Amino acid sequence: MAKSIDVSDLDIYYGDFKAVEGVNMTIRAKSVTAFIGPSGCGKSTFLRSLNRMHEVIPGARVEGKVVVEGQDLYADHVDPVEVRRQIGMVFQRPNPFPTMSIYENVLAGNRLNARKMKKSEADDIVERSLKGANLWTEVKDRLGRPGMGLSGGQQQRLCIARAIAVQPQVLLMDEPCSALDPISTSAIEDLIHELKSEYTIVIVTHNMQQAARVSDETGFFNLKAAGQPGHLVEFNSTQKMFANPDNDSTEAYISGRFG
Amino acid sequence: MAATDQDVRPVTIPDAPLTRPQLPSWAPVLVAVVALAVAALPVVLLGWSLVAMVVLTVVIFVVALPVWSSSVEGPRKAKDRLASALVWSAFGLAMIPLVTLMWQVISNGVPVLSAEFFTYSMRNIVGEGGGIYHAIIGTVIVTAWAAIISVPIGVMAGVYLIEYGAGSRIARVVTFLVDVMTGIPSIVAGLFAYALFVLFFGPGVRMGIGGAVALSVLMIPIVVRSTEEMLKLVPDELREASYALGVPKWRTITKVVLPTAMAGIVTGVTLAVARVAGETAPLLIIAGDTDSVNFNAFAERMATLPVFIYYSYMQPGIPPEFGQERAWGAALVLIAIVMALNILARFISRRFTPKTGR
Repeated sequence: MAKSIDVSDLDIYYGDFKAVEGVNMTIRAKSVTAFIGPSGCGKSTFLRSLNRMHEVIPGARVEGKVVVEGQDLYADHVDPVEVRRQIGMVFQRPNPFPTMSIYENVLAGNRLNARKMKKSEADDIVERSLKGANLWTEVKDRLGRPGMGLSGGQQQRLCIARAIAVQPQVLLMDEPCSALDPISTSAIEDLIHELKSEYTIVIVTHNMQQAARVSDETGFFNLKAAGQPGHLVEFNSTQKMFANPDNDSTEAYISGRFG
Repeated sequence: MAATDQDVRPVTIPDAPLTRPQLPSWAPVLVAVVALAVAALPVVLLGWSLVAMVVLTVVIFVVALPVWSSSVEGPRKAKDRLASALVWSAFGLAMIPLVTLMWQVISNGVPVLSAEFFTYSMRNIVGEGGGIYHAIIGTVIVTAWAAIISVPIGVMAGVYLIEYGAGSRIARVVTFLVDVMTGIPSIVAGLFAYALFVLFFGPGVRMGIGGAVALSVLMIPIVVRSTEEMLKLVPDELREASYALGVPKWRTITKVVLPTAMAGIVTGVTLAVARVAGETAPLLIIAGDTDSVNFNAFAERMATLPVFIYYSYMQPGIPPEFGQERAWGAALVLIAIVMALNILARFISRRFTPKTGR
């Protein structure tokens, strides 16, 4: 069910401001692709354009193509709601729904879309998703408790469980560990490794060691200058990226000599 | 090296002690008693009023305690004592109207309360007896209809302003108009409702639903504002989380945003109901007054508590004391209803607030 994504000549605008320019890449199915780069270079914007989440901000628009298994996401008559059902997303800060219990949070994607299901089916989805997010053993005795009562790392894994409960084809992660401590981070990195066998995962991170640890391929975004649009500098296998990058500025950024 | 180090350091550190002389803890009480005694002198000798005595006591206290304090404790403590004295006096001043009002209403109203007072209307009553049953029923029906009209309109308008219209010109215009509406005098709302109903039913029309329309004109802006404020407090992250699950916008609003803001919205609505339950002027115009019980908001006059109080006091009949007694009793009941609604609002907000479980 995992799908690959082909991006060609993608420009992203906020109103008149061009935020990202000329991105070309192919994200392989059942692999982890990481984006690194300085703040404000457009990597999160680019990530959000992959499931049309950037459209939530008024005035945001896109030129170019994002093709998922032959289907252009930005073609006419494509419903962004359908796109988001197939391409899930996990955010920087854990955001469980405060009015819902752990159980309801996991089922939110199904329930909010008014999918009717039997109790046993719902229980199966909750157990499978929470096991998939490595959270089951910690919360199985308190599924009725509020989701907000968990620790930050547990909340983030709850959000991942919520995202995979609707069985998306692609999972986008926008700095999923930046608000977490090292132990929770390592739990989520292990989880990313496991999820790779079933999902296509795209992750934005500020932590280059994390990109090196979890990803198969890495893209480096950069700004030409302040006020200029961000662009993709280099896209290569992670091994090559961190050992012997093609581009000098990539090497400068990765080795910490970035100016 | 050591010598220069010592040269650089400031040599004249004042030998600041950590303890300072302090006034004893009973000092304020002593000053208050002395101030009261001094202020009592002109009352005894010159025949000043008690109000003048209280004012003089406060003035003496506010001057004397800081002066004593500054001579013993130093200027910082003295300023603290002065500020505390002023804050306490302001608090006392603010409590005076509240306490006297409550005292007046309770002392005049409680003797009137009886089983008959709550279960009888004023039909065929002259002089003693009778009750406010018809007015309580009228107030409940009129405010209930006002809530039925204004809650959906107000909440939906608030949802539009925050979720759909945010930043657009029409939303800014509507927000401005809602602010203007908040300031509409209640008599104008009553005249509006009257004019509206005259269009359909001819001059001289009186019915409860007209009062409800007038009250909802006053209530809608309050509900819109409180809904707006509560929706603004819902973090965008929750909306994004919902969108990212492929949930359409309207479901995101009804299933995620509104439940999260529910406590605040319900509290705002309850407070708005409490606010309009005591309105008199619009109901005087359009709902009118009657001595009988009327359960039908769509026909005939309907008595309400504020209007009942007004007529009972202004036209108490002969002899006047029974009508005036009933006015005080009804006023007490009205205050009790409004207070009960406020307590209910607090209870609701606690009940609906999302629990963190920590």
